[in-house]
Amino acid sequence: MPNVMIRKNDAGDLLFYVAKKDMEETISSVEMDTPETWGGDVVLTDGSRWYIDPISPPPTFPTTLRFKRGDE
Amino acid sequence: MATLTREETQNLIQEVLEVYPDKAKKDRAKHLAVNDQSIEQSKKCIISNRKSQPGVMTVRGCAYAGSKGVVWGPIKDMVHISHGPVGCGAYSRAGRRNYYVGHTGVNTFGTMNFTSDFQEKDIVFGGDKKLAKLITEINELFPLVKGISVQSECPIGLIGDDIEAVSKKMGKELDKPIVPVRCEGFRGVSQSLGHHIANDAIRDWVIGNRDGDTSFETTKYDVAVIGDYNIGGDAWASRILLEEMGLRVVAQWSGDGTLSEMELTPKVKLNLIHCYRSMNYISRFMEEKYGVPWMEYNFFGPTKIAESLRKIAAFFDETIQANAEKVIEKYTAEYEAIIAKYRPRLEGKKVMLYVGGLRPRHVIGAYEDLGMEVVGTGYEFAHNDDYDRTIKEMGDATLLYDDVTGYEFEEFVKKVKPDLIGSGIKEKYIFQKMGVPFRQMHSWDYSGPYHGYDGFAIFARDMDMTVNNPCWKSMQAPWQKPAEGEAEAVAASA
Repeated sequence: MPNVMIRKNDAGDLLFYVAKKDMEETISSVEMDTPETWGGDVVLTDGSRWYIDPISPPPTFPTTLRFKRGDE
Repeated sequence: MATLTREETQNLIQEVLEVYPDKAKKDRAKHLAVNDQSIEQSKKCIISNRKSQPGVMTVRGCAYAGSKGVVWGPIKDMVHISHGPVGCGAYSRAGRRNYYVGHTGVNTFGTMNFTSDFQEKDIVFGGDKKLAKLITEINELFPLVKGISVQSECPIGLIGDDIEAVSKKMGKELDKPIVPVRCEGFRGVSQSLGHHIANDAIRDWVIGNRDGDTSFETTKYDVAVIGDYNIGGDAWASRILLEEMGLRVVAQWSGDGTLSEMELTPKVKLNLIHCYRSMNYISRFMEEKYGVPWMEYNFFGPTKIAESLRKIAAFFDETIQANAEKVIEKYTAEYEAIIAKYRPRLEGKKVMLYVGGLRPRHVIGAYEDLGMEVVGTGYEFAHNDDYDRTIKEMGDATLLYDDVTGYEFEEFVKKVKPDLIGSGIKEKYIFQKMGVPFRQMHSWDYSGPYHGYDGFAIFARDMDMTVNNPCWKSMQAPWQKPAEGEAEAVAASA
């Protein structure tokens, strides 16, 4: 369960950044991305899947959240 | 020699790898690559930030070097204690030429060496008491010191000293920030983790110090220059451009920087990052906690400077944007004259780089402005994100080498035959003896600044005087040189 910093890049995409793992990936899809909730299954451009319990109201980015690996 | 094709470069890598045992070969192969601009993510072609192979020569530093030598060391009004045996402090003292203004030993301490000078008894009985005494002494001898950082050397972590407790206690006693930094040299694979630890220490002990304080008057044009260590005056050459644009530079991190500048940084409107590798962590933190956006810029060579100035100006209103154009215009005649003077002397020369931090990609633009071509580049301690940024800057089918070993670098140079190498002091004399012009690009070979328009003039001059130095024609002793016409005679008689 790494701490992940989510921030927007210049193009407006969300970036998934794990400092100690030296990992910065773009998020390709989020299960729930509505004005009320944000979260669920998150898929990155490298194909890896992560999970976070849906948060409502959605967090303001950048922020640090705790994710679970999707395949656990 | 013409530029190598993709196959030739690939073959060259294979050839160089031949000497290694199988296991080492497999590992080193991942660190060497042929650049392919179509690749979006560097991790598909090159692996970085891994432990060096035992038995090869590497030029990497340690976590202490990353923290004391790079991030903390240049902060001029603090004393940085090299906590542990005396050597680490002595060898990292002032070697990087982080220039600053002030009276050394009175209100600034940049080139001084403070160490707790551990002896056997300190290892056996612990050094906490010594540290407390040392901090009291520093405060008595140098009352104008604004804060003290405790830079741990290896033994501190090994014997388990509690420097945090001492720092907290002494901080209260002296009413000054005392920052414990857990940057023991054995942490991580290179100095890169030291940067991270130093950033985390700044985050925990410095950044929040003035959170409730609104006495600092901000303007809408406040910026901070982050990751410029003022090597040979770099930060000053950058700062004047920003100020001419109408921006107010509140803080310089950390070349010629002060503790209060760092404390004020969360109040700026934009963080400008020059060395992404060593300071991105704190910028990300400030973005998250204080909502200060950050952007990378590049002040090497007129093309990149103009690009960066426009990019910075785009964050602000039209007056700043107009000013940016004025600044570029003001210096146009100056840099065009430099290019006109040096380009004909340097056109088409090939350069190989092997440095750290930001230089392997940032200086490419400056070389291109002079008509030179960078045919190989590599980092000592980069991560994936650095190579992501490098791939776009480098030409197709050029060499990329991560944490290159002494052997590999020499072989590459023998085959690629560059006209200039830019690397560190450990490589300098080897390549000069091989007859290849060389610049020490860590601290600009004791020259500088190289940032900004002023720096570009010095950069161009330095490259010219190195590449076109007459000594490279005298590498062979006169009696070993065949005289005119003699070569044919010898060949005929043999």
